[in-house]
Amino acid sequence: MEILVCVKRVPDSSENEIEVNPSGTDIERDDLVYSVNEWDNYAVEEAIQIRDKVGGSVTVVSIGDEDAEEVIRREMAMGADNGIHLSDESFEGSDGRGFATILKAVVDQGNYDLILTGAQADDGAGQVGGMLAALLDYPYASLVNLIDVLDGKRIKVGREIAGGHQEMNEIDLPCVLSIQTGINEPRYVGIRGIRKVASIDIPIKGAGDLGVGTETIGAAAAKVKRQDYFVPELGEGAEMLEGSTDEIVEKLIELLKAKGGFK
Amino acid sequence: MPEQIFAYILHKNGNVDDTAAELIHAANAISPEASVVAVVAGSGDELQAVCDEMAKTYAEVWKIDSDALVYINAEVLRGLLVRVLPKNPVVLVPHEHFGMDLSPGLSVKLDAAYLPDVVAFEGLEGGLLKAVREEYSGMVSTHVTCDIREGAVITIRPGAFQPDESRDAGGQVLDKTDEAVDGGIPGGNRRYLEIVEAETGDVDITKSDVLVSVGRGIEDEDNLEIVFDLAKSMGADVSCSRPIVDAKWLEKARQVGTSGQTVKPKVYLACGISGSFQHMGGIKGAPFIVAINKNAKAPIFQVADVGVVADIVEFLPDLADAIGDTK
Amino acid sequence: MDPVLTSPAHSFFLFIPAALIYLLIPLLGIGTFTFIIARRSAPLIRSKPDFRWNRFFERGVYTIKYWLMQYKQPRYRLAGVLHILLFAGFLILGIRSISLVILGFYDGFVFPGLDGWIGHVYSVLKDYMATIVFVVVVVAAIRRLFFMPARYRVPEKYGKDHTAEAILVLGFIAILMASESLFEASQAAAQAQAGAAAEFIAPLSLPWFFKIALLWTPLESLQSIHLVSYFIHDVTFFLFLCFLPMGKHFHVVTSLFNVFFMKLNKGSVKPVQWGVSDEQLDDLESFGVKNFEDFTWKHILDFYSCADCGRCSDNCPANAAGRPLSPRFISIKGRDYCFKHYPLRGDFVSHEPLMEGTYEDDEIWSCTTCGACEEECPLMIEYIDKIVDLRRGMVDEGNVPQSLQKPLRALEKRGNPYGKMEKKRADWIKGDGFPEDLQVTILGKKETADTLYFVDSVTSYDDRIQEIGRATARVLFAAGEDFGILGRQEKDSGHEVRRFGEEMLFQALRDENTDAIRNSGVRRIVTADPHAFNALIKDYEDLPRVEHISQVMARAIARGKLNLKAVENPELIYTYHDPCYLGRHNNLYDTPRDVIDAIPGLRRVEMDRCRDRSFCCGGGGLMLFYEPVEETRMGKLRVEMAKAAGADVIVTACPFCMVNIEDAIKTSGLEGQMVAMDLSELIAAHLNG
Repeated sequence: MEILVCVKRVPDSSENEIEVNPSGTDIERDDLVYSVNEWDNYAVEEAIQIRDKVGGSVTVVSIGDEDAEEVIRREMAMGADNGIHLSDESFEGSDGRGFATILKAVVDQGNYDLILTGAQADDGAGQVGGMLAALLDYPYASLVNLIDVLDGKRIKVGREIAGGHQEMNEIDLPCVLSIQTGINEPRYVGIRGIRKVASIDIPIKGAGDLGVGTETIGAAAAKVKRQDYFVPELGEGAEMLEGSTDEIVEKLIELLKAKGGFK
Repeated sequence: MPEQIFAYILHKNGNVDDTAAELIHAANAISPEASVVAVVAGSGDELQAVCDEMAKTYAEVWKIDSDALVYINAEVLRGLLVRVLPKNPVVLVPHEHFGMDLSPGLSVKLDAAYLPDVVAFEGLEGGLLKAVREEYSGMVSTHVTCDIREGAVITIRPGAFQPDESRDAGGQVLDKTDEAVDGGIPGGNRRYLEIVEAETGDVDITKSDVLVSVGRGIEDEDNLEIVFDLAKSMGADVSCSRPIVDAKWLEKARQVGTSGQTVKPKVYLACGISGSFQHMGGIKGAPFIVAINKNAKAPIFQVADVGVVADIVEFLPDLADAIGDTK
Repeated sequence: MDPVLTSPAHSFFLFIPAALIYLLIPLLGIGTFTFIIARRSAPLIRSKPDFRWNRFFERGVYTIKYWLMQYKQPRYRLAGVLHILLFAGFLILGIRSISLVILGFYDGFVFPGLDGWIGHVYSVLKDYMATIVFVVVVVAAIRRLFFMPARYRVPEKYGKDHTAEAILVLGFIAILMASESLFEASQAAAQAQAGAAAEFIAPLSLPWFFKIALLWTPLESLQSIHLVSYFIHDVTFFLFLCFLPMGKHFHVVTSLFNVFFMKLNKGSVKPVQWGVSDEQLDDLESFGVKNFEDFTWKHILDFYSCADCGRCSDNCPANAAGRPLSPRFISIKGRDYCFKHYPLRGDFVSHEPLMEGTYEDDEIWSCTTCGACEEECPLMIEYIDKIVDLRRGMVDEGNVPQSLQKPLRALEKRGNPYGKMEKKRADWIKGDGFPEDLQVTILGKKETADTLYFVDSVTSYDDRIQEIGRATARVLFAAGEDFGILGRQEKDSGHEVRRFGEEMLFQALRDENTDAIRNSGVRRIVTADPHAFNALIKDYEDLPRVEHISQVMARAIARGKLNLKAVENPELIYTYHDPCYLGRHNNLYDTPRDVIDAIPGLRRVEMDRCRDRSFCCGGGGLMLFYEPVEETRMGKLRVEMAKAAGADVIVTACPFCMVNIEDAIKTSGLEGQMVAMDLSELIAAHLNG
């Protein structure tokens, strides 16, 4: 099975404090560290596992400046066979539709049976997969937490829905899926793994190579544009209990009693 | 200015989802003058009941009734909606698992803009809609503009808008089925099979009046004991946030949130839970929320009624002891 | 002395001269034994190199201490004494048994040097030794059958009980002793009946009793007993010899070599591959142990040498806490794999993966590398290096638990496992209650100092542990030390990174720290973290002298630079918990105790398990992130031990011990009854003035 996985380099927000810069044009990026979007990493692992089971290849594609190469390489160290780095000034400022348009061109140049994206990213909204599928006229399923290859033409997928239930679907290939965390346990990639793939050439493709008309992408074509960043105004918030632990406990018990917090 | 705004109504087993009454306020926030049309898809009597219910809130209700919609598959619905909706429509969809499945592709098929996961609108000027979104788990917000002149599909964060409870619209239900299914049922390349129910644990937290809910702040699986001790002293049940289930420390049936259970307790004690919107999305019925978290900046303190800044591993045993003493 | 009985060499078996048979038996026996040893050597030859051909004098001394003198045996009193007696018996009776074998075809053979009076002394000695061994065998069998210690049990998942093998071997030994004694006693009885001179038999020895019993036996019967007992001895001897390499009694053959080639650098970790420099590591196809043949020859010799005594697992804290790790079965399973895949007959089967077949992931991640197993092993079997090598193999395959991946990525990106920002690494120096007039220098281009305080990650970032950092700084100030810290230049020491098998990440951290330390121009390094202490000494090269804070404190107290006031609460009873990487891995047992005892009026007790038998608190570094499968926590067990010793305060000298023990006090519900305190905190609280 030929699998394409779309990945994105994002600031690692787990321990980083995301703050807005003084002019509100961006977040403070000086002290941030970046890594591959967590959801995308699960998608790559899933692709590798499928390939190891049924054969084929895994290609990782990422849109971004020169730094994006780092995450492509990391995913190749995990076991992806090929990498494609999409970089062009004309890509900048694209909205979700623009990125989906660029990715569609990549799909058109290949022969992929399965296209995976992460279900979401910390700085995004889980839109590119669904748009890409619609542009390609492929079936789509979001929040996928199980993939079972039935044969060369069909797969069975589970979607995570409310209540922790799983919605099972059968989908014809080729298709696009967005992958939810927890679908697998991604393997570890260390410095050694990355060094092993350090010399592999990752082709860089621009709008020209892809045959994408620049009028359909970039800031000019974007209907949705981010204007600024700001820290949301805090509402009234909770009544904070202060004092010694004993005092807090006493007050809290009183409140809980009043609200029926005891049986 | 759009003349009409369409609101996609979620429902299940004949019950209307909470978001149904929120979308009309979201539409009003975009443009107070626009008329708001509820779009309801499904099949049979249940669908009719939902449409009738919606007519109390929306002046106009569009009904799409098909056997192919007994269980609604986004691939099928998307194709039907494209046939029914007018040119350049503005469509609101709740931002949850179905909305995420349906909407990005719908925007492409309508050749409209896609504006996901909006929490507020701040005006519409010359076709440019200004909206507020959150990024990085709500640590920062952004203003975005969206050109809606050629239509837009906008997903609305559940709970971000107040529900409309006036229920005096006296609206009419229009059957759009014929238009929708003219040309057959689309989306045959993704077929719904079944729902695999989550494993139910020994407790049904959706029926609990008092929940002691534990999050990442518990740090270690062995520390869960102190949470159960506290719950026992209060006569409460223990629920948790997603990281606890991901770590396999508690069963999925105890998870509160959009990907877990929706609970309606009277009192909700959030222990070491930061309060992501996905988690808060699982709490309904406006309970009395007490938040205990060692990070004074945790978003949970914004939504809680009472807050305590403390390490739960230290604080909870003290609280449990004191409650024990009062008995 | 004229023998009354016909000797075996002169007897006939049917019409065949017995001497011929008694020549054939050893030839056959030795031939078979040589063949078995050759087959058993095959995996050693196919395995990875291991450099042990050095420091021969030291090795000789250790061989005398641990092999010949059986130094570690009495750590288990009864078993140890029994073993020492058996071992002495083997050494002494081995000579007798060999000469008996030769007597079968070379009548009247005597080992050179054993003629004359030495021979008579030896004869008495061996009579008593045979008796002692016989009694020991009987006691051992009774113990094994009826009073078996728990540590010999084989849990179901590890296969069948090993009692049968043990009893069989005890049987062999008993037969050897009895037949040898009967052989001699029958001769002596015959001589006595004939009134001829006989070899003196030691009174109250086994042959002596046999002799008395046989005094009235007819001569023909004595002749039969004489020859039959010889035959039994001869056959048993070679059966026993060839049986040794079949199981845990292989140690009888391999122990000498295993002890001689023992690991000399405690606390260090073996290189990824011996003979491959750090620079050449990138050229290696594979890292660590994935197949059996990836073990070094010494590690396979370890498997052969395991005597299955269970002392390692009896002391293993992971085993005690119910984690799926029992060091004994690391060896036994390794040996079983080897015997199965390198059979005595048939083809060798090599290069099968070990993980999820022989060893389980959780088993290998469960080890805290505390070293209790190695400390206890009488045969100097290594476990930590094997565990680390197996982990290296898993890391190389990407098979790392999710709970460890996040801290490892954070270490790569931020130099600490928490993913906290580098610029906050020195924030601990501005904490609550820290005197403002004490300015900790951050070493850099302008600022220099004589001593570097290497803080390491947990002390830099963990809210609670930062207090240990501040206490350490206060003590250093009080002792008048000229010191500074590296601040954001400091990275995690990488101690656990290396021991969790992520060698390349460790090397990256080590190289950054090494540069920063050398550039700082300090002449000495002090740390309060035994893991950092061990790393800087064992894992780093060419650094200034490294000391643990307890050493600095002990010296300052001795020189009168640190004045300590009387203990605040004389009612409290203190106990000291030895951190693994301070005690077992670096032999610092007395220094921290001396420092504690320097506080006037302080009452201190020892826990049952102290010093080199200290019980690990649960492990440090990455082990704090790992989510083991376990029944209880090691820290909880340790706190119970402190309680049993009657202690109110557990003093430790390691930040990770503090994390684990403090946590265990809370989860054991002992809050308010017991406290944990770091040595630096204890001393800082008792500074005079």
